[in-house]
Amino acid sequence: MTEVVAEPNTPERTEQRLVVDELRKTYGAGVEAKTVLDGLSFDVRSGEFVCVVGPSGAGKTTLLKCLAGLLPPTSGTSYLDDTPIDGPPEKLALVFQEYTRSLMPWLTVAKNVTLPLVNKGVSKHEMRKRAEEALDAVGLTDVPGKYPWQLSGGMQQRVAIARALAYQPEVLLMDEPFASVDAQTRFELEDLALSVRERFGITVVLVTHDIDEAVYLADRVVVLGASPCQVREIIDVDLRGPRDQVETKAQRRFTELRSRVFELIRAR
Amino acid sequence: MRSVRRSESSALTRRLRSVAIEFWLPVLIVVLWWFASARADLVFYPPLAEIVQRFGEQWLSERFFTDVVPSLRNMLVGYAFSCLVGVGMGVVVAQVRVVRHAVEPLVHFLRSIPPVALVPLAILVLGFGADMKMVIIAFSAVFSTLIATLDGVRAADPLLGEVTKVYRISGRDRLFKVTLPAAAPQILGGLQVSLQIAFVVMITSEMLASTEGIGYLTILAQQTFAITDMWAGMLLLGVLGYLFNLLFTLAERRVLRWHIGMRAQATTR
Ligand SMILES: Nc1ncnc2c1ncn2[C@@H]1O[C@H](COP(=O)(O)OP(=O)(O)OP(=O)(O)O)[C@@H](O)[C@H]1O
Ligand SMILES: [Mg+2]
Repeated sequence: MTEVVAEPNTPERTEQRLVVDELRKTYGAGVEAKTVLDGLSFDVRSGEFVCVVGPSGAGKTTLLKCLAGLLPPTSGTSYLDDTPIDGPPEKLALVFQEYTRSLMPWLTVAKNVTLPLVNKGVSKHEMRKRAEEALDAVGLTDVPGKYPWQLSGGMQQRVAIARALAYQPEVLLMDEPFASVDAQTRFELEDLALSVRERFGITVVLVTHDIDEAVYLADRVVVLGASPCQVREIIDVDLRGPRDQVETKAQRRFTELRSRVFELIRAR
Repeated sequence: MRSVRRSESSALTRRLRSVAIEFWLPVLIVVLWWFASARADLVFYPPLAEIVQRFGEQWLSERFFTDVVPSLRNMLVGYAFSCLVGVGMGVVVAQVRVVRHAVEPLVHFLRSIPPVALVPLAILVLGFGADMKMVIIAFSAVFSTLIATLDGVRAADPLLGEVTKVYRISGRDRLFKVTLPAAAPQILGGLQVSLQIAFVVMITSEMLASTEGIGYLTILAQQTFAITDMWAGMLLLGVLGYLFNLLFTLAERRVLRWHIGMRAQATTR
């Protein structure tokens, strides 16, 4: 119970999965031009859980969309397994910040979850199994036949997460995924995210503006400054033992890390 | 248990009531017409009872096969064609910007030509036969669907496009499970207008240039002062128009069940 859970030092975890190299993104051109990402660099190791925190409007969503291959950066490159990302990479999933709008209102919950698996060589049986498992993991077992708009906001968010889980990605990007659920569910989903990472060895990049959440979940926290945003600091989260909502958050180190991140964000 | 049953029965009474509200006026008008026309002795307004009798004699005979069926066939073939071409072209044009800029002004120009104005040309090129009618029906009806599809596809939430990209949903899956459903509310609106246009053009093309069909027989009756037959023709056209619209609305309600439910939810929340 005392050692090694999120230690990123075992050999298979030290290889770099994602590399962000001098990423710069400017929206618009001429007088309208607005630089949002101002030369970001960091990397994410295989199997690592990295949280990105930064003030509202800093450019966190922009960063994730660049990593997902949805937005071409103005300059700089990001790499997934040494391949430059110039379109959505296979085996990468993104949980969108606007989860409600990211679900298809004409498909039932189950169909929404399996939509990305259609015609990908996944059998009907396997699809059903994956949907069941994913919905079970997010605590939504009794709604597969409902439509997303029949669910509460927090439940819709969990459907969006289930869709990403059923896809079984190797790299999972999440954009403020727990922002709209109640505190209890939020803790459950945080622990779910940790256990999914543990079970499938996937690499997770999670954007949040909740500092507690970032420190609790992450192996490392990337702190972004206000716009145009740069990496303020990358903090190693050296907490003892497996993460536990009560025990971990009671550690003195947790409080220290939390204050550190807070100061960094507040600094102008 | 009891409350479930009560809500079921109240749903039934609500349904009955809405049917009653919808139908009392038409029923009243028919009844008034029946009795008023029965006594009147007006040349142009024969008794409704006679019209109904002629309706039976005229349409529920071999005329049904020689005139009603060809009319409906022309219309449905033309309409089906306009649906396929309208939706197909709409989806393609909406997604390729260059094509859209090239095609859109032309579409709006062509749409503004009244279909009937094309009948003389169509007769010249295609003659008086069924081909001419199907072509002119398809041509007239296609634009509403095309424009509605263009608008619907273009107005779809760009976030859904990003979802399909990230999850690598492409080709037919994207078309049938994302693009078309997202645009479906607009597309169905366009299809309904197209249906009405197809119906009107079917009738007018027969009145202007034909030797068979419901429209032809109705105008022929008028020209030969067979006034009751003319009324019987009008009655059939009215009933058909109503039925087409009814069928369409039922189909639409099925296809857009999610949309109707979502809207109802949004207004009650
Ligand atoms: N498509 C766009 N065109 C122009 N400007 C944009 C676009 N998308 C985002 N921006 C601007 O870029 C900045 C960063 O936006 P972004 O959504 O990445 O921030 P964020 O950190 O995710 O914010 P939040 O915490 O509120 O989600 C904002 O000022 C926003 O107005
Ligand atoms: Mg954001």
